[in-house]
Amino acid sequence: MRLLGYAAYKLLSMLVTLLVVSVLVFTIINLPPGDYLSNQIMELQATGQQAGIAKAEFLRAEYSLDQPLWRQYLIWVGFAPGPNGFYGLLQGNFGWSFEFDQPVADIVGETLWLTVLVNVAAILFVYVVALPLGVLAAARARSWVDYSTALVGYLGLATPNFLLALVLFYYGHKYLDLPIGGLMAPEFVGEAMSFEKLRSILLHLIIPTFVVGTAGAASMMQRLRANMLDELSKPYVETALAKGMRERKMLMKYPLRVSLNPFIADIGTLLPAMISGSVLVSVVLGLQTIGPALLTALKTQDQFLAAFILMFVALLTLIGTLISDMLLAMLDPRIRIGGPRK
Amino acid sequence: MSEHFARPETDHPSEENDQSLGRDAYLSTRRLFFRRFRRHRLAFISAIFLIISYVLLPFVGFIAPYTPNERNSDYLFAAPQSINLFHEGAFVGPYVYATTGEADLTAFRWVYTADKSTPQKLEWFCEGGDYRLAGLIKTSTHLFCAPEGTTVFLWGADRLGRDVFSRILYGAQLSLTVGIIGIMISMTLGLFFGSIAGYLGGTPDYLIQRLIEILRSLPELPLWLALSAAVPSHWGPVTVFFIISVILGLLDWPGLARAVRAKFLSLREEEFVRAAEMMGATRSRVIRRHLLPNFSSHLIASAALSIPAMILGETALSFLGLGLRAPAVSWGIMLNDAQNLSSIELYPWTAIPMLPIIFVVLAFNFMGDGLRDALDPYQH
Repeated sequence: MRLLGYAAYKLLSMLVTLLVVSVLVFTIINLPPGDYLSNQIMELQATGQQAGIAKAEFLRAEYSLDQPLWRQYLIWVGFAPGPNGFYGLLQGNFGWSFEFDQPVADIVGETLWLTVLVNVAAILFVYVVALPLGVLAAARARSWVDYSTALVGYLGLATPNFLLALVLFYYGHKYLDLPIGGLMAPEFVGEAMSFEKLRSILLHLIIPTFVVGTAGAASMMQRLRANMLDELSKPYVETALAKGMRERKMLMKYPLRVSLNPFIADIGTLLPAMISGSVLVSVVLGLQTIGPALLTALKTQDQFLAAFILMFVALLTLIGTLISDMLLAMLDPRIRIGGPRK
Repeated sequence: MSEHFARPETDHPSEENDQSLGRDAYLSTRRLFFRRFRRHRLAFISAIFLIISYVLLPFVGFIAPYTPNERNSDYLFAAPQSINLFHEGAFVGPYVYATTGEADLTAFRWVYTADKSTPQKLEWFCEGGDYRLAGLIKTSTHLFCAPEGTTVFLWGADRLGRDVFSRILYGAQLSLTVGIIGIMISMTLGLFFGSIAGYLGGTPDYLIQRLIEILRSLPELPLWLALSAAVPSHWGPVTVFFIISVILGLLDWPGLARAVRAKFLSLREEEFVRAAEMMGATRSRVIRRHLLPNFSSHLIASAALSIPAMILGETALSFLGLGLRAPAVSWGIMLNDAQNLSSIELYPWTAIPMLPIIFVVLAFNFMGDGLRDALDPYQH
């Protein structure tokens, strides 16, 4: 029951956060003066195209862009009725993209799942790489394993993501014959899921996963190593070894379990950075995630598209954090008992 | 009243006592810190490297053989030239070979061939393009330049025939200062919110904590992108540079504020704070005079650790075309040229700006780690 209560509390605070985020996102999106349509109307007036103006004016009214900002916000979220009644984010209407002249939902469509896929793959990569290497680096501190992982880690932290992407991309193609560009071979775009398509996606995922995950894996590894080292200097480790316990078993059974807590909690801080990274890498590598769409939307002031993508990105991080919180609570009873008073 | 007696032999600490206390006991905190910091060799070297880089910033115009936007239309994508000392076994001093470019119409690329018959000696303290030394003194003297009719592109030329080496030096001016301005803003905000939350507690603390949590849970880059997309396109490069630094700083403060708050919470209970309050010191005086000095050094260490994130942030923004704008020169803007695979493949030197980025980011990280360790009184 405690766990359920804790989950409910976390879920509630996530919803509140999301609400604040929506205000923040809406404000940022509306910072530039004017909006897509009023800019278009000005342009049309300058060139004297009356027919276009009428359409733009109609769209402006249709999407309530002629209303005051606070009302626009309420209509956008779905708290207040627009010209067609309650029809905002909450009702499942993501808005209209003026740049592409399509509903936002149609544009983002498949890219949402691919975004989730890239990030989940990157997180798995972080865990799969950081766990064994971190433990090894701690157990064999000051050996070549320790130093070389530290070196790679530092380079991973210091190299701009997008450059790493380009360089790996080039050499991956040249020497390993990894596919270039996109998240799947061009013939599969828009096709239904099939075994070949899955294989193509997985092959295309290798480099993005590596690029997005490296920096995270590096910092995760460093922290796991530090935690492990703290534990390894404690007397119980010595006792276990003195009693003749095999080192591998001892490591797995005691220090690793203690050090695992921050390992899971860290996802909360790691996830925002990884999602940032995936946006950047997607633009460089031309992946069909929301990254490139966000960039065009921001550059052309396509407000509904940009706002929806920002909201989606925020939601993704919040859900990730929620999952890590829940895992942590299941793993460590102390957190549950602390309850809502954190 | 009895007089206080002290035996002469205990009054002066003996050699033995000296040993047990350790000689460190007689050194000032500053000296102790410096000594501990120097023991981290990597951190120490990084600090010297950074200090030299920053000191040289005003004088890059003198070191660079070209001005940043000087185009050489005969040398588009010219390959890096090496500076040699010996020609056919004889010492001639630093010289380059003259190169001529030709378009290879089958591979669609520029090919440059060097004329190896005559060495062209470099000129020293020569006349070149105009620039302002330290932004003030107008001059045209450069440390070295190529003799008439030749070029000296140490790290090649970019798509407009501009010297990559010179542009990297000029780019350092913006790329290195963007982090400093950003960190000042983030520190101001972090100190302000952190100290309010930690010292006042109660409702302000609760609100600020929630705000910190929300901001920390959001991915930075998309928000940076959105904020910089809002910068009007008609603003000048200098204004844009400041705005971008502000944007980078705006989202970075929550981490600092959290550290400040934690420090405040622990220091608030100390006796000297209570004493100051009882003597009638105002809140702001207590914060400024008694609390802040206690962890200013800690703050400097964490600031050094968050500068790299800002430098990388500027690079990413400019790279995507939403950060600084040409004619300004920064490492991110330069990398914008290396955005596609063909330039990496054909003209790999356009990606050279990534090297200074890696070095500077690593140096800040090492220095920050060293500072933090040296400041920790419990570590030996």
